[in-house]
Amino acid sequence: MILEQISGFTHRGTALVMMLVMTASLIGGFSETNAQQVTPDSVTPAPLFTWDPNDPRLELGAGWMNAESAIRGLEQVSAIPRPDGFFNPATPDDGRFSNTDLAFQGQYLYQGNYNGFQIYDLDDPNTPMLALSVVCPGGQGDVSVYGSLVFMSAQETRGRLDCGIEGVADSISAERMRGVRIFDVSDLSNPMQVAAIQSCRGSHTHTLVVDPDDSENVYVYIQGTSSVRPTEELPGCSGGEPDEDPNTALFRIEVVRVPLDAPEDAEIVSMPRIFADAESGNIAGLWAGGDHGTGTQDTRRTHQCHDITVYPEIGLAAGACSGNGILLDISDVVNPRRIDEVLDPNFAYWHSATFNNGGTKVVFTDEWGGGGQARCRASDPPTWGANAIFTIEDGEMTLGGYYKLPVPQTETENCVAHNGSIIPVPGRDLMVQAWYQGGLSIMDFTDPENAFEVAFFDRGPLSAEALFTGGYWSTYWHNGRIYGAEISRGIDVFRLTPTEHLSQAEIDAAELIQIDQFNAQMQPLTIWPAVVPVARAYLDQLVRGNGILNDRVPDVGNILDRAERGTATAMQLAEVAAQLDQDVTAIRAGTLGGDAERLSTLAELLRNLGG
Amino acid sequence: MNSKVFLPVYVLVTLGVTASCAGTPSVPVRTTGTQIIQPGAPGETAQAFDTAELEAIGGLSHSEADVRFMRGMIPHHGQALDMTALVPTRATTNGFRSMALRMQISQRDEIRLMERWLTEREEETPPTNAHRMMMAGDMVLMPGMLNAGQMEQLASATGQEFERLFLEFMIMHHEGALTMVQTLFNSSGAGQESLIFKFATDVDADQTIEILRMRRMLEERR
Repeated sequence: MILEQISGFTHRGTALVMMLVMTASLIGGFSETNAQQVTPDSVTPAPLFTWDPNDPRLELGAGWMNAESAIRGLEQVSAIPRPDGFFNPATPDDGRFSNTDLAFQGQYLYQGNYNGFQIYDLDDPNTPMLALSVVCPGGQGDVSVYGSLVFMSAQETRGRLDCGIEGVADSISAERMRGVRIFDVSDLSNPMQVAAIQSCRGSHTHTLVVDPDDSENVYVYIQGTSSVRPTEELPGCSGGEPDEDPNTALFRIEVVRVPLDAPEDAEIVSMPRIFADAESGNIAGLWAGGDHGTGTQDTRRTHQCHDITVYPEIGLAAGACSGNGILLDISDVVNPRRIDEVLDPNFAYWHSATFNNGGTKVVFTDEWGGGGQARCRASDPPTWGANAIFTIEDGEMTLGGYYKLPVPQTETENCVAHNGSIIPVPGRDLMVQAWYQGGLSIMDFTDPENAFEVAFFDRGPLSAEALFTGGYWSTYWHNGRIYGAEISRGIDVFRLTPTEHLSQAEIDAAELIQIDQFNAQMQPLTIWPAVVPVARAYLDQLVRGNGILNDRVPDVGNILDRAERGTATAMQLAEVAAQLDQDVTAIRAGTLGGDAERLSTLAELLRNLGG
Repeated sequence: MNSKVFLPVYVLVTLGVTASCAGTPSVPVRTTGTQIIQPGAPGETAQAFDTAELEAIGGLSHSEADVRFMRGMIPHHGQALDMTALVPTRATTNGFRSMALRMQISQRDEIRLMERWLTEREEETPPTNAHRMMMAGDMVLMPGMLNAGQMEQLASATGQEFERLFLEFMIMHHEGALTMVQTLFNSSGAGQESLIFKFATDVDADQTIEILRMRRMLEERR
């Protein structure tokens, strides 16, 4: 009863019953008699969490390095445990050694860890080989990379300027490092810390930003989320409320400029008040914290960004900023300007953001429970701790729908939406995403109102008895593989395999895309070449979605076969393209059903194949 | 350091995991023989790192002040549960009950976390009625905690008077928690372990926000 009042759920079948039973045991202080006084004053029921009862992810056996696992639409090609010095053999649940974020540069993969970072050689992309381990504690240890520069976040009070492991005993100390470290790893035998940018709240995460108009510098946005340190340690730091102290270190991000020819001169160049109210100038201009009415989630106030994802090619950034999702114009990188903001009554904590390749959609994640809690249980609403998918039109965001891991996890598995990246399948929006101990899930959000799962991998809990913090921190696509950073189990590597939801041609087209550098929070623009696998991917999508006339399918298939063998002439290709164009015209005139957009793209591809 | 450090690692190659069915991959082999580097302060040369040194941070893992903080915060949270338990029968609105229920759930989760933290470090956990012993004068009250008279006053209030009093007392109670976090971080060698850093930071963030919200609610009731 109480739960109905709290979250507005009514008549939700088994999941509701389970939820009420579990919640009743949690809230002993609220007795049955009291509950009867409560009358729901919200009529919007949260959607029912339903799942496939035969999903192989249900009831997987527990274990640290020997848990059972379930997989669909993927092939696991390797599993690399954390190396010496980066785990505690006694327990998987030692937060000093948690693996965190991933970045890629050249042939190397960079794995962040609370105790430092590791560099793996991807000469064979299926089997990362450890090239170097770097000890430098400070948490979270999120990494980004640009050329031979590695950027790492440090936020904890134990972080030392000299990368020492002994911590900092004094509460005020010049030896403490909280902020962004910059390493030069051009000599792998002597990775040099070249700069340590101190900031008031430390760096929980950071975002590397390249300004397309500035080849001499790169920039780093610092997202600090923990306590503000005393001004005695770092002059100017204040954690006061804005009405007490207009110079508070809350309600801002820090922007670091890093000169590429002298990274040691990196410094904070601006501290933009991106939550300010444009009219009043109040720096605390966004969500003040609290719920949104009966039955809604309690949303944190907006005084920090947890993560900002920049997309330099379109000049935009999406900020997941505790209480709001915001859109920033970053055409002036040093002075990002907020152009839109959204709220969501289902969100507890706006955590991260991912654009689609077209820049027309953005996926925000809600890290309800902070990542250490079980939030994918049968009793948890499918719109809480989930992704919210927004469309972007003329700089304005509009909610499309939600996506959450579509199968429940146990009470001992920390699980909630976490970090992911786009899989470059042309014609579709696919994202591979980490759900902590919920494993990884590939989401198709081409239609933001009806996102669905394409593939998954999941292991059983680390422990059937205790809730240990573990699972995937990040799962990212890079050059044809999916790399998963497992907090307590190391790095997993996967390849896509064809299923009803994803064809071999679509996989081939995605695997074609090879890039030199990848930082998930700085999204690259993918432009697919006009080649046969890309055309086949569109053809498969048209067939799957009944978007093409049956008669056309063999014609297009045949011409693509010939194009692959090099025996299709430009004229033959143009003829098939012209047929498709006719259909597009008919569809647009309303005299034929079909997928005009994909047909038109396919026609264009055919013409380009002809040279 | 003068040698390049490309050392082989042993990896598990899990080939052909059957689609759509649960399987148990064999236990991966730990990497061995890895050379580890520790950079210095900015501009300084890196050094080889001996994993035996990691043993040394066992001693860093927690301090007396950390233990005092956790042992004090458990009864502090315990009293918050006693306070929120009064809400359902005395408050006038669903909104007020929701707030108290959320508070109750999070404080309960955190008590579990603190007890586990102490147990795992082989430190004694306080008795479950420690907050009541404090109110009875058998132990010293932690900052912001209600004394027996105040608790009595709260329990005997109803309706809007109860809500006003609850907000005033809970604001005071939460401010006490912020003081405890401050004391922790001001103590030598405290808050160095990742878990306690995260926990204390979360308490600080959550309770700061709850205080702001309760102040707003109090304004509305004046």
